[in-house]
Amino acid sequence: MRRLAALCLLVAPLAGCSGPPLGYLDATSPVAGAIARLGWGLTVISVGVCLIVGLLLIIAIYRRRPDGDLSVTPVNDRTPIRWIGVGVAISTVFLLGSAVWTLVTVHSIGEPPQAGALSIDVIGQEWWWGVKYHSSDPAREFTTANQLVIPVNVPVQINLTSRDVIHSFWVPKLGGKMDMIPSRTNVTWLEADKIGEYRGQCSEFCGLQHANMAFNVKVLSQADFKAWWDHQLQPATGSPDDPRLRTFMVRCAACHTIRGTQAGGILGPDLSHFGSRDSLAADLMPNTPENLRNWINNTQTIKPGAKMPELHMLASETSDVTSYLEGLK
Amino acid sequence: MNEIARREILPVGGVDTVSTAWWGMACLIATEAILFVYLIFSYVYLGSQQAGPWPPSGPPSLKLAIPNTVILIASSFLLGWGVLPFKRRHDKRRLVLALAGTIGLGAIFITIQGFEWASKPFVFSTNAYTSAFFILTGVHMAHVAVGVLILIMLLIWTLMGRFDGPHHEHLPLGALYWHFVDVVWLAVFTTAYLVPQFK
Amino acid sequence: MVTQAETIDSPEGRKLLSLWETAPGLYGWLASVDHKSIGIRYLCTAFFFLIIGGIEALVMRVQLAQPDLKVLSPDAYNQLFSMHGTTMMFLYALPMLSGFSNYLWPLMLGSRDMAFPRLNALSYWVFLLAGIFLYVSFPIGQAPNGGWFAYVPNTSLPYDPGINMDVYALGLIFLGVSTVVGSANFIVTLLRCRAPGMSVNRLPIIVWGTFTASAANLLAVPAVSLACAMLWLDRRYGTHFFEVSGGGQPLLWQHLFWIFGHPWVYALVLPAMGIVSDALPVFCRRPLVGYTLVAISTVATMILGFGVWVHHMFATGLPVMSLSFFSAASFVIAVPSAIGVFCWIATIWTGKLQFKTPFLFFAGFVMLFVIGGVSGFMTASVALDWQLTDSYFIVAHLHYVLLGINVFPVVGGIYYWFPKMSGKMLDERLGRWTFWTMFIGFNVAFFPMHVTGLMGMPRRVYTYPAEMGVGWLNLISSIGAFVFAIGVLLFLINIAKGLKSGAPAGNNPWDAPTLEWATTSPPPVYNFATIPQVASRYPLWEDRLKESDERSIIGDLARDGMVLDKGKETIGVTPLDAEPNVVLKMPGDSILPFLLALGMTALFFGLLAHVIWLTALGVVCEIVILALWLTPKPHVAEEEVEVYE
Repeated sequence: MRRLAALCLLVAPLAGCSGPPLGYLDATSPVAGAIARLGWGLTVISVGVCLIVGLLLIIAIYRRRPDGDLSVTPVNDRTPIRWIGVGVAISTVFLLGSAVWTLVTVHSIGEPPQAGALSIDVIGQEWWWGVKYHSSDPAREFTTANQLVIPVNVPVQINLTSRDVIHSFWVPKLGGKMDMIPSRTNVTWLEADKIGEYRGQCSEFCGLQHANMAFNVKVLSQADFKAWWDHQLQPATGSPDDPRLRTFMVRCAACHTIRGTQAGGILGPDLSHFGSRDSLAADLMPNTPENLRNWINNTQTIKPGAKMPELHMLASETSDVTSYLEGLK
Repeated sequence: MNEIARREILPVGGVDTVSTAWWGMACLIATEAILFVYLIFSYVYLGSQQAGPWPPSGPPSLKLAIPNTVILIASSFLLGWGVLPFKRRHDKRRLVLALAGTIGLGAIFITIQGFEWASKPFVFSTNAYTSAFFILTGVHMAHVAVGVLILIMLLIWTLMGRFDGPHHEHLPLGALYWHFVDVVWLAVFTTAYLVPQFK
Repeated sequence: MVTQAETIDSPEGRKLLSLWETAPGLYGWLASVDHKSIGIRYLCTAFFFLIIGGIEALVMRVQLAQPDLKVLSPDAYNQLFSMHGTTMMFLYALPMLSGFSNYLWPLMLGSRDMAFPRLNALSYWVFLLAGIFLYVSFPIGQAPNGGWFAYVPNTSLPYDPGINMDVYALGLIFLGVSTVVGSANFIVTLLRCRAPGMSVNRLPIIVWGTFTASAANLLAVPAVSLACAMLWLDRRYGTHFFEVSGGGQPLLWQHLFWIFGHPWVYALVLPAMGIVSDALPVFCRRPLVGYTLVAISTVATMILGFGVWVHHMFATGLPVMSLSFFSAASFVIAVPSAIGVFCWIATIWTGKLQFKTPFLFFAGFVMLFVIGGVSGFMTASVALDWQLTDSYFIVAHLHYVLLGINVFPVVGGIYYWFPKMSGKMLDERLGRWTFWTMFIGFNVAFFPMHVTGLMGMPRRVYTYPAEMGVGWLNLISSIGAFVFAIGVLLFLINIAKGLKSGAPAGNNPWDAPTLEWATTSPPPVYNFATIPQVASRYPLWEDRLKESDERSIIGDLARDGMVLDKGKETIGVTPLDAEPNVVLKMPGDSILPFLLALGMTALFFGLLAHVIWLTALGVVCEIVILALWLTPKPHVAEEEVEVYE
């Protein structure tokens, strides 16, 4: 009875219309799809084993016996041992089959089908994601943060490392995880089947704000992706004499970079084209002026331990910076 | 009323594998031996992940290490010379000579290795290699020091006459520990000193 | 027929009592080397740590019951989850099983004590003091906070500058001494300190399980001790084992930790599986089906357990070839487990069932074992593990295997052996309530975590957003956790009630077959007035099982079996066939183990606080105490031993 209830618990949320944002049994990529098929297969085997063993246990306990006889009598275990042999043989067959399926799956998803046309570095740091787009033309390379934008149906090579502790890169709907280890580069690859947005989250305990180190992956059509890339290369709009920019330079540029301005700090995320990003603070909340203002004023309350200090800026300064950043589309 | 079915004369305490102490020492040696396996693994692993040469500063000098190795191996033979025949012949003078001699050789080993360490162009905290080198040789050195302490205790007990009677089970067990420490040195020496010569 | 109770009052019994009893008062309490008293201390102390670890978990479950709660700061949460894991994995799970084995082994093996009684006392004192060492950091808010697994560089000095991880590193090295020393004691006791005739194929499975775990611990613990030493050196002395500046490798920590960690988790469950293999058959009124299969599976699981450690590192980017090998090995290791499950079910199937509380726990264990086992099977698949690892699916798996395969057999084992240890029965009705509350609470708490994990909730997070869609599942888990805690409370009430007013147990309330049930409840301090001569696996059922014509001799009279009363002594036997070959003199009360443990405490506190003289003092004390401990004492060369029949 409990197992039936558990099964329902298992299936219900997964059969839900849109699926949970980090769920991976409904996948939208060849990699995640291969893993999901394997996952469903092993889940079915597992549930089957639990039901069968549960049934055997229940029968073993409740089968008819002469009433009240609890005497110890001589035993002959030849038959039970034979049945145990049968059980172990069947189990071994399923184990072997699962192992083979696993190895086949690993082989099929290990390498991208064609050499990654697109190569992106993702650098983990406490508690945000640096992202660098590579190109054969060095002038077309650029840096952003906390969001990954990729074209649909194109295999993308992701080069992972860390600037501090071990993090782990995970976009469940698009593929399995890969750790980001300082002084090493781990290479993985993604390919999305469908245009849309997918959530990713750090999945290796990395300290105080491990829980709030997320990012989003935006999958665009190939044409939209090229347009996006071109746009990212544009320097920041607006006049260099903009007083809001001056406030930004004084208060924020020590840690943050904005392409096309003098701001070149690398301790914090690159804020170029910040206005066009969907979320802020490593996908902690949607990118709205109100949230940005709140983030700047109450950093340590929202994300205690974050490396960004509370700056205690004047209200006018906060307004300046907020409206300036939101204007960087 | 029950009858006595049989009488057996059994040793009390026993020697070698009949005693329980031998098995206890075997467990100690097993766990210490695997510690050295893990130390060597760590040294080799760190080396395998380096881009450059390993050791980065070139192979360690054998000038002091080879004579030191000879000293340690000789000490094992000296100890065996004194302990092995003791069971049969109770030659206390020979035993004392062997114990004192081995203690002396062990102390010399430690001193020479100390000089060797001091003459290195690097320290414990210089880089991954130095950390691995010093912990490998250092943990071994600690075992030599413990071995010397054990031998000192055996010498004191011998001089106190504790082994004058029929029981001296401590002697072969202490000697076993010392021989173990020597065998480990051969592994450490090969890994840290010999192998880099051939790279 | 003269009973054991009457033997106790006989001149022979009183003579043995005077040879074996512990001195009264505080000195006796500190200096006791009696394995039964040490066993009970282990059980009580380990259970105390279970409660503490459980409270830590309950507080966390309050924080996680709903999204975005602010019951705990991230720093507090990190200390709690780290201490929860460290407490359960190091201070509860193995010591609890050591407690059972310490108490039971000499009784089950027909002997009078463990091979090294003073070493036994030492292993307990070090466990207690190391546990205190780890917890001293809690009140000052500097408890270990890097997880029980302490991955670098997160636990390196730049990212964890307080003393938190120094406490962890030094504390585990300290505790490791207890584990290694205890393991050596179990190994030598098994090989040499059994009753004549107790050959290896007659050993209770808990003995097989603990022996296997002990051999493994001897070989595995040095890896984590070394890793902790390296961590402490990196943090405080600037070395570069793991520090990437200078060529250190973060993955070296993971390799060393899991080379220890995987065999360790098998050490935490194999003895508990042994409890079930020995006690379940009693409530099925028949021997275990497939004794040889189960014994071999126990050893096979442990050996294979040394070859799967990389399955904790599947997402670290190691070469695919190596990952494939470890994935395959992780599938293979399920085979011996399957053998065990089928043997237990077969025992129930062909048995005549007694639905007493222990039986409920053991039957429940079988189901939980299978659920934990299949979730493990799913994670063995490296490709699937790339999604499952570091999610709540693993949290579900690990709790099913650890509570299912350790805690449930342990509680069942306590219901089973409490009468032997205390002479009193626990309340059956309360026992049934305990079982169902614990079983339901446990499944309600942890089953939803499989789903939570499949929905992508990462682990080791102090909170989660509402959009993740896992709030309602987390609420269910939190409620289940509290129901489980109520079950544990009922259990404690039952123990208290039993100690105060439980029904008298008698020698063998369960009509069980093994040697410990031949003594009084509780047994006299010398266990057996005469050493038994063992003729089968189930000595007290021989007349009924009729497996052969041979009968064990279990001394009811003072002159029935092997007499060993010329001092505090027991018999030593050959390792395989248990032929008596030596008389072993046992030490009397000794304060040295306690003092040695205190010396070690000074040593480690000195290292923690960088107070050289304290460490030096500790070292000097250890040397002096060891010299006293190991001093050769004169004794007779031979003794005449009489065997009565």
